[in-house]
Amino acid sequence: MPNYTLHVNGKQVVVSADEDTPLLWVLRDELDLVGTKFGCGIAQCGACTVHIDGVAARSCQMQVSILDGVKITTIEGLSKDGKHPVQEAWKEIDVPQCGYCQSGQIMTASAFLAENKRPSEKQIREAMHGNICRCASYNRIEKAVKVASEKMS
Amino acid sequence: MKLHKKDNFSRRNFLKTTVLASGGLLIGFNLLTACKPGVKMPVDIASLNFNDFNAFIQISDEGYVTIFSPNPEIGQGVKTSMPMIIAEELDVDWNNVTVAQGILDTNNYTRQVAGGSQSIRFGWDALRQTGATAKQMLVNAAAVKWNVDAATLKASKGVITNLNGDSLGYGDVVKEAAVLEVPEDVRLKETKDFTIIGQEIVNVDIDKIITGKSLFGLDYKAEGMVFATVLRPPAFGQKLKTFTASEALKVKGVLEVIIIGDKVRKYLKSGKSNWTVKLSETDKVVVIAENTWAAIKGKKALSAVWEVASKAESSAAHDVALTAILEGKNLNIKREDGNVETAFASADKVIEKTYHSPFLPHNCMEPMNFYANVTAEKIHLVGPVQTPEYAAIVVADMLGYDVEKIHLEMTRMGGGFGRRLYGDFVYEAAEISAAIKKPVKVISTREDDMTTGIYKPSVKYRIKAALKDGKVTGYHLKEAAVGSNMYGTIPNFFPAGCIPNYKVETGNYKSNITTGAWRAPYTNFLAFAEQSFFDELATELNVDPIQLRLDLLQNVKNTDDKRIEYSGQRMEDTIKLVREKANWGKTKEGVYQGFSAYYSHNTHVAEIADIVLKDGYPVINKVTVAVDCGIVVNPTGARNQVEGGVLDGIGHAMYSNFSFKEGKPQYQNFDNYRLIRMNETPKVVVHFVENNNSPTGLGEPGLPPAGGAVANAINAALGKRMYRQPFVNELKKKSLLG
Repeated sequence: MPNYTLHVNGKQVVVSADEDTPLLWVLRDELDLVGTKFGCGIAQCGACTVHIDGVAARSCQMQVSILDGVKITTIEGLSKDGKHPVQEAWKEIDVPQCGYCQSGQIMTASAFLAENKRPSEKQIREAMHGNICRCASYNRIEKAVKVASEKMS
Repeated sequence: MKLHKKDNFSRRNFLKTTVLASGGLLIGFNLLTACKPGVKMPVDIASLNFNDFNAFIQISDEGYVTIFSPNPEIGQGVKTSMPMIIAEELDVDWNNVTVAQGILDTNNYTRQVAGGSQSIRFGWDALRQTGATAKQMLVNAAAVKWNVDAATLKASKGVITNLNGDSLGYGDVVKEAAVLEVPEDVRLKETKDFTIIGQEIVNVDIDKIITGKSLFGLDYKAEGMVFATVLRPPAFGQKLKTFTASEALKVKGVLEVIIIGDKVRKYLKSGKSNWTVKLSETDKVVVIAENTWAAIKGKKALSAVWEVASKAESSAAHDVALTAILEGKNLNIKREDGNVETAFASADKVIEKTYHSPFLPHNCMEPMNFYANVTAEKIHLVGPVQTPEYAAIVVADMLGYDVEKIHLEMTRMGGGFGRRLYGDFVYEAAEISAAIKKPVKVISTREDDMTTGIYKPSVKYRIKAALKDGKVTGYHLKEAAVGSNMYGTIPNFFPAGCIPNYKVETGNYKSNITTGAWRAPYTNFLAFAEQSFFDELATELNVDPIQLRLDLLQNVKNTDDKRIEYSGQRMEDTIKLVREKANWGKTKEGVYQGFSAYYSHNTHVAEIADIVLKDGYPVINKVTVAVDCGIVVNPTGARNQVEGGVLDGIGHAMYSNFSFKEGKPQYQNFDNYRLIRMNETPKVVVHFVENNNSPTGLGEPGLPPAGGAVANAINAALGKRMYRQPFVNELKKKSLLG
């Protein structure tokens, strides 16, 4: 299998994978970064959200062969100490129930807030609507994004 | 409230203590049953045996407390709330408490069932007794040390003080405490003295969740593990005829392609009647690969030919069959009071309505998966399953092992909703590992989950009521369901006991589509049907819908009918609270309200939905909820459960649809199957009825009333009744939106 050099969470890593392997499975199976979750495999649920050069992207749809030269950030690399304002807000609001979708939610929220520091309620609801939470902790996710935006400004 | 309640377990046999080899005191206890006589406590943490004790408390020499919780989370919050109850009676500072996942006994053990919104209800007394007993032992040890009467000592926040003002930390007396007799009749706290119960305690796994640590079954890895995907029939009623693996074997990373099914068929032939879901007898094609992606790609590259094994069923045919059941005579009476026929014959008016709901998949965010390593000596199973004991027994019988050889570890679960009560994916993992003689992780894709899974049965209700002199005098409810019917005490829920002539009947359509429990089984849709129907009755009677319920509840308040589980008084209090908090009938113009109330899983819930019209389309803005679940152990966790339950109920009532054509599921993934999303959610405002009753569960009861509240609000706004889920399909019909 070919080798690919990826830039993940501030480090260069070389992985051996078939060229059409989605980043999701490279992260989970090859790099042991299991915080990025598998939910649907067709970019509909957001559980696999990572940042590509700071932009939220669905890792289940990004083939490993097209990621040369981009900076990939996963939930494990969002902050050094788990204290990114979005993570802090998630803790403060006690968001998770089962917790499975939450790293994807956090990655979508953090990329969104980096672009839009003081979003309206409507903007938050639109920005987050691509991420499914089957436990429906949506009220808390919404509140936590708002609290995070206050922390960041 | 009784504080010295006699329990049905012997305290002597449910709790044991020992001094740990590593220092500190270890208390083992069994929440549900007494421990076997003569069992020994482990002296080191590594050998905790959850067979005899299902939870442990360790108090270190420094006074730090670790609570080993053996039942991991499915998202319902018990990993936080159950330890809170122990810590309360033990009287320690919550900041000094760590909650650890129970360490495994690697020789052999299985764990308790997790599910049914019952953990807190059943655990309440035992958890309190355990904490209080441990505290009393520590106090007794201090009394011996000071040579004073234990009754003169006080203990609070991990510190024991005597009349002279001397103090000892719990850690100072753990060694002495461990060898004392386990005291009987310990005193439990008065509820007014609670300092931890009732506090807002954040989920104990929060740091791991927000930093993406390995927690779930899908995250589990082991040395030498390979990955497997399973090709199952694309339609119910089919079985494998032939297959070709040549293309799949060309996929890089694919190791081999095998067939399973033999072990399941042999197991089924053996006539063993363990609790499990109905198992398919077909052969299945399994792709074994070095990594997940190769396993997924390899499965796609398989070509298989399927043949008819049994009838290919369609939703259109189910619709006809269920209607025929409702209209037929072969129904089973579940409860009958008075004579409904006489009531209908003498009524001023008779109303009859029929309500329809589709099958629904569970769609846990974490797709089904399990790890198995079958060797000659033992079977190691790891993953998310709610019924590990049952799963272990079936695997043992299927593969011809003694159940003692099975070592099953539960991981945190990315949702359950009933799906993980069934162990089909555990059996598959075990059968595959036995065949390839390697450790393997079986992984379902979303499509696998949605199309080969277990479903909430498609159900219809027909309800008929007799109205006479402004009162509901007769009530006849018929249920027709695919797969199975309402069970247990459901026929004794509201309005049983409120209406003199009352009858509940059920009928069943046997299908080859596998159905099972789905969050709040049966009541999830029954509550919608009944609560919509009562709204309609209120309109007919020209009374306020809430007043109609309150009037009816008066009839059950002093009932001597032991079958009635719900409380007329508690339901009334719950309804009055939501009426006040939602400003029922006093909202501003353009806001339309719908009311619904339901008792299930031992908890009383009432909900009011507020909707507005936007371009003629109903938008749900807010749902106000009142809940009586007794004492609220952890308010933040409790509200989270109710908020999620309400939104889950609304989402499935409004948007989710599922059907079959010639046995083939018509929905495969989230591109055409709709789950509620954030931009569609109302704000859920939760209020708890304050009382000192023992706590009851919250994982399910918030869900059932939600659909009815929304349906009734839609009627208030548009003058149209919802009889069929999902509502979105009804609303799309032009006639509704003008």
